[in-house]
Amino acid sequence: MTVAQQVPVAPGLFTWPSDEPQLIGSRCPHCEVMTFPAQHGCPRCTRDDMEEALFARRGTLWTFTTQAFVPKSPPYIRVETAETFVPYAVGYVEFEGQARVEGRIDVADPSTLRIGMEMETVVVPLVDDIVTYAFRPVGEGSE
Amino acid sequence: MDVAIVGIGIHPFGRHDGVADVEMGVYAARQALRDAGLDWSDMEFAYGGSLGMTTGGGGASADTMVGHLGLTGLPFVNVSNGCATAGSALAMACSTIESGQFDLGLVVGFDKHARGAFDPDPAVLGLGKWYGDVGMMLTTQFFAMKINRYMHDHGISESTLAKVAAKNFRNGALNPNAWRRKPLSEEEILESPVLNYPLRQYMFCSPDEGGAALVVCRADQASRYTDRPVYVRGVALRTRRFGSFEVMAPWMPIERSAAPTVDASRACYEMAGIGPEDVQVAQIQDSESGAEVMHMAENGFCADGEQERMIQDGETEIGGRLPINTDGGLIANGEPIGASGLRQIHEICLQLRGDAGERQVPGDPRVGYTQVYGAPGVGACTVLTR
Repeated sequence: MTVAQQVPVAPGLFTWPSDEPQLIGSRCPHCEVMTFPAQHGCPRCTRDDMEEALFARRGTLWTFTTQAFVPKSPPYIRVETAETFVPYAVGYVEFEGQARVEGRIDVADPSTLRIGMEMETVVVPLVDDIVTYAFRPVGEGSE
Repeated sequence: MDVAIVGIGIHPFGRHDGVADVEMGVYAARQALRDAGLDWSDMEFAYGGSLGMTTGGGGASADTMVGHLGLTGLPFVNVSNGCATAGSALAMACSTIESGQFDLGLVVGFDKHARGAFDPDPAVLGLGKWYGDVGMMLTTQFFAMKINRYMHDHGISESTLAKVAAKNFRNGALNPNAWRRKPLSEEEILESPVLNYPLRQYMFCSPDEGGAALVVCRADQASRYTDRPVYVRGVALRTRRFGSFEVMAPWMPIERSAAPTVDASRACYEMAGIGPEDVQVAQIQDSESGAEVMHMAENGFCADGEQERMIQDGETEIGGRLPINTDGGLIANGEPIGASGLRQIHEICLQLRGDAGERQVPGDPRVGYTQVYGAPGVGACTVLTR
């Protein structure tokens, strides 16, 4: 599948197509708070003129978990059975001076995950031609 | 706060095929009315909690109960406020009495949830559809990520998580209204499969079915209905502030603030003039065993990290220094959201009346405490005394 055929799970979440995808958020020009996804109103200082801003590509793993049972679909986009389901990991990555963002973690073996490890933003297939952002431990190769 | 609980009722929690949600609410309401020696026609107002109506989950709104209890024309308010639904209903009933508008009313809640983990529509929580698409619309992931970080920061062990679940199953076995009534050992819990690391199958509660109800009145009128009133000394509800780590949040700021439970509990203790050191029995939100551990600190019962020693030493067991979740908590009772917080208060009333049977806390406790927490970041607490 070529990049051109791939569709983001939602518009405005990450830069795409891109060889070095970044999350798209918003920054408050008054109190510097960053949100993800982007929004107009500032949840901290309550003013309503937040501006679009990009997250750094790399951050550190703040916490994580695994999803070992089959999620209901909907809301999960993939319709799985106990036979087809492959457990996945999710976590929050802390982007220094920005915010902590939740996302899928792209890792072959979740038991290798450790709080504090360095992560980078990647874009991975979700289902069919739909792609999503995810976080991958730095140094872990593409699958 | 000058409100008394003069009647309590509960429909057993669990799975009740063929029993409608509203029937469980009506059952609990009638039991609470009988306990107070009152009739439905005596009720001046009612607050009824259920989640079903707001999530498209097929549940009835609470006020459908009046079709069964009697169409008396009373003001009946439906309440739905996530896992704090029941706490919210009681808080509003107390305000209604305190305001002088009415003197006597019913607080009731019920729910009949589908099997398996909650799977709300992201739109209900103001989230984009993508959040569910990518597989993050699961409350259980939040609980796992919060306790994972907490264990990292405060040295809580996996054994402690298992001990909490074992205690709650053991207590549930002593409670005829509980769903899970088979004791499970710490070893059996640690051998169950990991569902969301570090949490295992038998550390989680499950959504289920049930109902609970309270008759409440002006404190100075309580003796008309019972010789064993339980007084609501404090009741408080708070939502999340900027910087708290909440369920189903695509992001959070790096600056941290206290959880809504911390704010609610402080307000509640202040209102009551009673501190956490005075509490003799507590029912707190144990959506899974990690939640019970973290909520012990959030409710002021210990500092962060002290839970490890307290739980390893058995201090939260019935007979311990501070018994927690004596009826088995959510882990043994499951969670019908509209009823869950009222189930906690029902248990505290039994304990303070000395009616808790095999699971009675020794030493004639006088001060009890309850706390619920849930999506999208709301906590509700009560301080109750004889």
